Amino acid sequence: MTGRTEALLPSAEPVRFLTDSGAAARKRTNYAVPDTELLRRAYRAMVVGRRFDAQATALTKQGRLAVYPSSHGQEACQVGSALVLDDGDWLFPTYRESVALVTRGIDPVEVLSLLRGDSHCGYDPQRHHTAPQCTPLATQAVHAAGLAYAERRKGTGRVALVCVGDGATSEGDFHEALNFAAVFKAPLVILVQNNQYAISVPLERQTAAPSLAHKGIGYGVRSERVDGNDPVAVLAVLSAAVEHARAGNGPFLVEAHTYRLEPHTNADDASRYRTDAEAEEWRHRDPIARLESYLRRRGHLTDADITTFTAEADKLAEDLRTRMNADPHLAPLGLFDHVYGTPTPQLDEQRALLSAELRTEGTPS
Amino acid sequence: MITMAKALNTALQDALDGDERVLVFGEDVGALGGVFRITDGLAAKFGDDRCFDTPLAESGIVGFAVGMAMGGFRPVVEMQFDAFAYPAFEQIASHVAKMRNRTRGRVELPLVIRIPYAGGIGGVEHHCDSSEAYYAHTPGLKVVTPATVEDAYSLLLEAIDDPDPVVFLEPKKLYWSKSDIERLDRTEPFGRAAVRRPGADATVVAYGPGVPVALEAAGAAAAEGWDLEVIDLRTIVPFDDATVAASVRRTGRCVVVAEAAGFAGVGAEIAARVQERCFHSLLAPVLRVTGFDIPYPPPMLEQHHLPDVDRILDALDRLQRDDRPDTRYLNIGGAA
Repeated sequence: MTGRTEALLPSAEPVRFLTDSGAAARKRTNYAVPDTELLRRAYRAMVVGRRFDAQATALTKQGRLAVYPSSHGQEACQVGSALVLDDGDWLFPTYRESVALVTRGIDPVEVLSLLRGDSHCGYDPQRHHTAPQCTPLATQAVHAAGLAYAERRKGTGRVALVCVGDGATSEGDFHEALNFAAVFKAPLVILVQNNQYAISVPLERQTAAPSLAHKGIGYGVRSERVDGNDPVAVLAVLSAAVEHARAGNGPFLVEAHTYRLEPHTNADDASRYRTDAEAEEWRHRDPIARLESYLRRRGHLTDADITTFTAEADKLAEDLRTRMNADPHLAPLGLFDHVYGTPTPQLDEQRALLSAELRTEGTPS
Repeated sequence: MITMAKALNTALQDALDGDERVLVFGEDVGALGGVFRITDGLAAKFGDDRCFDTPLAESGIVGFAVGMAMGGFRPVVEMQFDAFAYPAFEQIASHVAKMRNRTRGRVELPLVIRIPYAGGIGGVEHHCDSSEAYYAHTPGLKVVTPATVEDAYSLLLEAIDDPDPVVFLEPKKLYWSKSDIERLDRTEPFGRAAVRRPGADATVVAYGPGVPVALEAAGAAAAEGWDLEVIDLRTIVPFDDATVAASVRRTGRCVVVAEAAGFAGVGAEIAARVQERCFHSLLAPVLRVTGFDIPYPPPMLEQHHLPDVDRILDALDRLQRDDRPDTRYLNIGGAA
């Protein structure tokens, strides 16, 4: 192998800074330890994120959300993908990135609009530099590559980070995104949250590659794999990836090994394809417990901090509960807005038709 | 004399000249100038950061254009042939068409997807599809197809200026059609059909590659005493109901010409709209002259598939001018 090839390949083992219990791992890596302030912010965001996730799951059981794909267990990746970006950078999430979006500062109710079913995208993508939550797998990865290239052309120094899952690495658009980003040296970070299952299908049915991170080499993309439940490692590697992209070195692919502890969505039955014992094993690698242990041991986290963060999380959940329990404002005639910049005559006719129906029914338009 | 290919090339030049956000990219559009030479000379004149080749992946090209449009550019991408655009269909249907709507107008995608389409050039398979119905059936897309040299220039410039994504379908067989105009200029905006030949006895509605055939048929029909009005839609979406309906209400008869397979096609949509709007003015059923419901034939057989003058004249014969009922469909379901 040439030196260049080796430089692109991921580490022999996933990068980790922490043992499963949160002690410092013995094996050294080339990645810098994130600063304490970032780690504390990540801890706080994970506590808040997990509480948000539990509340969203509860709201789904109460019928307030049409569907909710939980990221319980994946908090290190969720929080990390948001915290390594500057405000001007762009995040391209999937439907499972609710916690990342909350961490990015988007109103939790706006984050849940898609899943409640009152709007396809509740927030303003331009304001938050965050693309709509994407459902067709990997399709947003090519957008992220294009947007990153646009930023490079404009010389803004901004980067894009796209989240995909293990299943999405089988989609053509994942490969086209890697290829386009590499050819055009787009400042793009691709984060694969390998949570082991694409709904029910295990990783070995997605790929025969040595790892998902190895898919980068075929496109000349620098790649790395990381323990996705080790928040220190996730932040260290993602920060390095963002820095690599921002410095003009082209895209960077990160595979994070993690696990979704909940079913795919509330509508899924995980017992049909995996064992409780397997999930239990992953519970012992809980990202929040690991970072808590790490920070406490170094005196960077106190009981008072935890009380503060927990109170903050409870407050967010309570606010979310209250606001989600109110029926959303629906404007049926708005269905005809934003199909085109200016409605066609045909859409104007159809709007008039619906308007008449609503009047007859006495439904607010 | 200006060809349609030259008119399109000039429109791209003018757009690149007038707005630095405009970019042209796709397969072989750089040094080669595109397989039909529509982008000829653009990379040399504007630099290969304004007109450039991409990896050979249509979904990637369109998806990349989505991201670049989100980033403030106005991409004009070329799909090499109609059937080669299908890998991009998911991007077009799920993202290009919907982005404005799903973001409540906060994200616009001013991009143009140019697609050389339809047959009549002796192309081998996968090079001759009439794919307009797929796009026209997808709300959020504008679907445009020029039939004249003048419109090729004007419609492409308007497509690039438009805040919405436009699927710009270029009839391959008209690339080398000529006009003796001296300079290219803007014509009518989107959503306005053009009456290419005024007439009193029947309306022929056509678009793109069907327009010259319809005009030729009108010439031949004049010899048989039919005075045909020929309408060129210019834009399939937005659709100009007003011009079409006004014409048919006046003539009382309508034939729709479309090269694509007839079943569930744009021709069917036009016929339905005419009947909904003009029923009390119609003196005969609205007829369609379309391609057969078959995969596009091998080039040595394509002349049997394509709507031609004779088929349009045959349709005129069935327009019940002598008040004789049309007996073709007496056996419903086709049982002998």
